[in-house]
Amino acid sequence: MSAAIEARGLVKRYGPVTAVDHVDLTVRTGDVYGYLGPNGAGKTTSLRMLLGLIRPDAGAAKLFGRDPLLEGARALDGVAGFVEAPRFYPYLSGRKNLELAAALDGGDAPERIDDALETVDLAKRSHDKLKGYSHGMKQRLGIAGALLRDPRLLLLDEPTTGLDPAGMRDMRALVHRLAENGLTVLLSSHLMDEVEDLCDRVAIVSRGRVVYEGALDELIASTAGRYTLRTTDDEAAAAIAARAFDVTVRAGGIEFAAEERAVAALTLELAQAGIGLLALVPRTATLEELFFRMTEGAAA
Amino acid sequence: MSAHATDVARPREAAATRTTPRPGVRTVYAWEVRKLLAQKRTFIGFGCAVLVPLIFIASLLADDGGPEGIPFGDYVRESGLAIPLVGLFFGAFWFFPLITALVAGDIVATEDSNGTLKTILTRSVDRWQIFVAKVLAAFTYAFAALLLFVGVGLVLGGLIWGFDPLISLSGNQISLERSFLLLGATTLAYFLPTMAVASLAILLSTVTRNSAAAVVATLMLSLIMQLLGIVSALDFLRPYLLPTQFNAWQGLLRDPIDWAPVVRAAWVSALFAIPALAWAFTHFIRRDVAGG
Repeated sequence: MSAAIEARGLVKRYGPVTAVDHVDLTVRTGDVYGYLGPNGAGKTTSLRMLLGLIRPDAGAAKLFGRDPLLEGARALDGVAGFVEAPRFYPYLSGRKNLELAAALDGGDAPERIDDALETVDLAKRSHDKLKGYSHGMKQRLGIAGALLRDPRLLLLDEPTTGLDPAGMRDMRALVHRLAENGLTVLLSSHLMDEVEDLCDRVAIVSRGRVVYEGALDELIASTAGRYTLRTTDDEAAAAIAARAFDVTVRAGGIEFAAEERAVAALTLELAQAGIGLLALVPRTATLEELFFRMTEGAAA
Repeated sequence: MSAHATDVARPREAAATRTTPRPGVRTVYAWEVRKLLAQKRTFIGFGCAVLVPLIFIASLLADDGGPEGIPFGDYVRESGLAIPLVGLFFGAFWFFPLITALVAGDIVATEDSNGTLKTILTRSVDRWQIFVAKVLAAFTYAFAALLLFVGVGLVLGGLIWGFDPLISLSGNQISLERSFLLLGATTLAYFLPTMAVASLAILLSTVTRNSAAAVVATLMLSLIMQLLGIVSALDFLRPYLLPTQFNAWQGLLRDPIDWAPVVRAAWVSALFAIPALAWAFTHFIRRDVAGG
């Protein structure tokens, strides 16, 4: 079966600036895939290329095996979403905007309007003109517009940007629910907690390049084997530990990386030296730490 | 957000093949027209198309003078049918280019600046369908404005001065039925250069991505062509300029009908419209949609 998204060697240049630099992405069916990067990293440009809105200078993207540039609207069958903020006609009501979208989708999309409005809690305000909608309501209407297409793949570009905490919580809950119901989701974001909360696979992008692509669990697990040690005599403990490992002494304790057996040996040595253990905490890096390590490392 | 309404988000089958028919150009066109009917700009255009003949008629009622030295100017108080013809003559200078450009110059650019182009381009219709629908919608608006302009002048003029037969430009009386028929044909002939102006406005709207720039540039183009038409050294150009084609209808009101200006209006207008639309189409199909 084709991947939901398969992008190979995507490049987009704007004059001397390379916004997207040989990006490869593989989003498998069923993934909730985080596309994580700082502002200006090329996330939105990549999404535009995936949806066929802009032409890559090199490379190609396929959605369920179909290239939007070659197959036009056919390549977007089963695909929905929005790039940057969802945009609608301000002089039409929310419902009319959805009716327009549904008409351009054809099929049974018009029959989904009521359900979509219910899903995003906009049914009661659906007859209001869009210019009276808050940012959060427009974001939710964007999701409703996407759901009209009965998508199997949802592309969301920073869907919680500009929302208040309650709006962010609701949006994330909705994405959770959609993912649980079998949608493949590509979520572009610069919010680490959002990606950690929602996604199972990630691509981290920096300055137009993908610096990591893979399972989020594996990324975090790859940093396992680090420990923080606090003792009754940190200075002496650090001297003992330093015989076997590289150690860093911080205010919060001694940090080092080691295998489990070596850690066990160290605790015995400390006990023999009369040093009591206050805490020995295994540590994994947070996504945020990894993100900064990767993106700031790439920038350097 | 509602937790119970999840029908729209049910589990998906793997098959990606669409079984339902895709929307056609007619569907897109219908929505383009609905969008136009929801915009103030459209009604400003229509309002002007109603207001200008009203002002013209009011000025005729207020004063004994009248337009002199122009086709049908001497008959404005003899038959209501002469009112729209005089109006069309004056409208060619800037009025029709302006109200045509008001919508045609906006129809692509405003979607670009509002970001709604990306909204409609990520649905189940192809770019060419959207472009064709926009062109048809702009033409529909222009034709509706033209009909309003002629209709208001005809009805009010007729109610005030009667629906009497016209005197042709050759000096012969035309029967009432034929006068109405020729007025209809005149409107259609007038629509030819109007479509060409709309096409130029659509091109500018597509290429500049700026509604105001497209409207103003269309009007400027029209005025420049009028200026070229009055430069005696450029007399050879005059038959091929768009403003000249706005007067082609006068050939229909000669006895016998002089088809030459009408035929020329058709091909000259096509010479302006087809390349403009082809350019706009190519640009629209290939462009990056990164705005909004």
